[in-house]
Amino acid sequence: MTALNDRIRPALRVLPWALLAFAVAAPFLLSGYDLNLLARFMAMGILALGIVMIWGHGGILSLGQGVFFGLGGYAVAMHMKLADLPAGEIPDFMVWSGREALPWWWEPFASPAFAIAAALLVPALLGALFAWAVFHRRVGGTYFALITQALALAFATLVISQQDATGGFNGLTDFYSILGFGIASPRTATGLYWLTLAILCGAFVGLRWLLASRFGMLLRAARDGENRVRFLGYSPVPFKVVAFALAAMLAGAGGALFTLHAGVVSPALIGVVPSIEMVIFVAVGGRYSLAGAIVGALAINLARDAVSSAFPELWLYLMGALFILVVTLMPNGLAGLVRGQAK
Amino acid sequence: MDLFLNQLFNGVSLASLYLLASLGLALSFGLMRVINMAHGEMLMLGGYLAWATLSVVPGPAGILVAIPVAFAGAAAMGGVIQVGLVRRLSARPLDTLLATWGVSLILQQAARDLFGAVGVEVRAPAWLDGGLTLGGIVLPSTRLFIIAVAIVVLAALTLVLLKTRIGLLVRAVNQDRMMASATGIDVGRVDLTVFCLGSGIAGAAGVMLALLGPVTPSVGQAYIIPAFLVVVMGGLGSVTGTTVAAAVLGVFAALAQMFVDVSVSQMLLLIFVVLFIQIRPQGVVAARTRQLDA
Repeated sequence: MTALNDRIRPALRVLPWALLAFAVAAPFLLSGYDLNLLARFMAMGILALGIVMIWGHGGILSLGQGVFFGLGGYAVAMHMKLADLPAGEIPDFMVWSGREALPWWWEPFASPAFAIAAALLVPALLGALFAWAVFHRRVGGTYFALITQALALAFATLVISQQDATGGFNGLTDFYSILGFGIASPRTATGLYWLTLAILCGAFVGLRWLLASRFGMLLRAARDGENRVRFLGYSPVPFKVVAFALAAMLAGAGGALFTLHAGVVSPALIGVVPSIEMVIFVAVGGRYSLAGAIVGALAINLARDAVSSAFPELWLYLMGALFILVVTLMPNGLAGLVRGQAK
Repeated sequence: MDLFLNQLFNGVSLASLYLLASLGLALSFGLMRVINMAHGEMLMLGGYLAWATLSVVPGPAGILVAIPVAFAGAAAMGGVIQVGLVRRLSARPLDTLLATWGVSLILQQAARDLFGAVGVEVRAPAWLDGGLTLGGIVLPSTRLFIIAVAIVVLAALTLVLLKTRIGLLVRAVNQDRMMASATGIDVGRVDLTVFCLGSGIAGAAGVMLALLGPVTPSVGQAYIIPAFLVVVMGGLGSVTGTTVAAAVLGVFAALAQMFVDVSVSQMLLLIFVVLFIQIRPQGVVAARTRQLDA
């Protein structure tokens, strides 16, 4: 194993840099379709960075990141549905469901600024509230994981059931423009790609700084010995709440960007299974490693795209096996190979 | 009023299912602090075993044969999961959760490949047709049977825990694992026994699900998340706490469905549990311990 590692390690160490170089060159190399795919996966990478912070460094396993991803995605999608409408009309799917008027909570989304703010702040606030409600009563991490999974199920079911207000099972699709730019034009697509790459790099640098700071240190301390942190005079609760809110915000940003690239947001992207898939990105990349999370998000999404288009059933077996093998044999993921930690 | 009583009865039968689905989770969690995410697939396995048994053993007694068969099958599967995965990861509870989720995915897909995604139908025996009519409310026999099975399972489990030697060992490990190990108790075997027992109970619950509707690869998923909430609310490894939590959540869900649709009631159930842990974070029945990091 060591001989293999010695051969793999240098290659893996340059991988993130090679990826960055490739990402910068991508708009000049890739076809429109492939660039769009890459941009979607990068949006997933933004979300995965947040999971590294809460799960790897905070010991908080969230099985509900899909909820925050969905909130970001739906916020942007609702704005785009409204932006393309002639005055006084309501979106097509509402008409088909027999609605006469726009639901009141749709109305502010006509403003792009509101929609973008909502895509970031609604997940952050909901995440903060949720994390606080559980952690301030000192309820443990396993319970938190179970509750977030229940949240993912409840949220997805709720979205599906409100057909006339959310588009139900099909979600929201058929967008034409964002801020006046045509969604279909290659120039808009390239612009959105650069935006996604910039946000991904910004989130990476920002979290790197944050996790190296005192905040990161306390987060890890709370993960390893919550009571000892209390004895030292800190309350671990605010650190965990802020971390979870930030991760929720990154998930919201990821969801918003993903929706812009994919041109659709639907319950199939936000429920129980997608939420736990988001954890596997990070488990494969390495739960403590920000670079690993991006690599993992790209690798898993690429693999899924390749496998599930040809053999849809195979992908579920593969993902199940990945969970079992990575968690038992490579708890530090790909990043663990780079650092030469078997365990 | 009749509608209310009807829903109350439905709530009790739903609570019985929640209880059967969550007892194993709660016992294993109390003992090992791990959650088996493939527990829902034990229900599914029990459902398919019921279907298989009834195709071999026709006649009125088929369903009574199916319960022990499903129990044994699911217990064996639980044993495999415990020895293969859970035991190796015992020091990392959250990783156990993720690894067993992988098992859950594989089992669901395997069921899809073997039996198809549509599901198989189990015909309830004739003696479960009809029901009792009390005043204005109808109590279907199937649901009465489910409640009866839950009561029998609960009584049997309580007797095992309180009156048998293995129950004594389980309670010892539950109270203080290190000390129990030091007195020569084979802790690993106790873990395995409890895991198999819990999985077996879930298997028996799967037979009940088969009576209510088609058995599909994802049949366990509908009951497993409420079961998780029962575990969160119940308190560490307490049979009493789990029973109370299952009763409260089952009745709550059924009554909520009188006023809102099913999807909203799911959200209400979750909010209810989160509010409940604001008041009692240690659960319905608190585990008494003086350990700081229990």
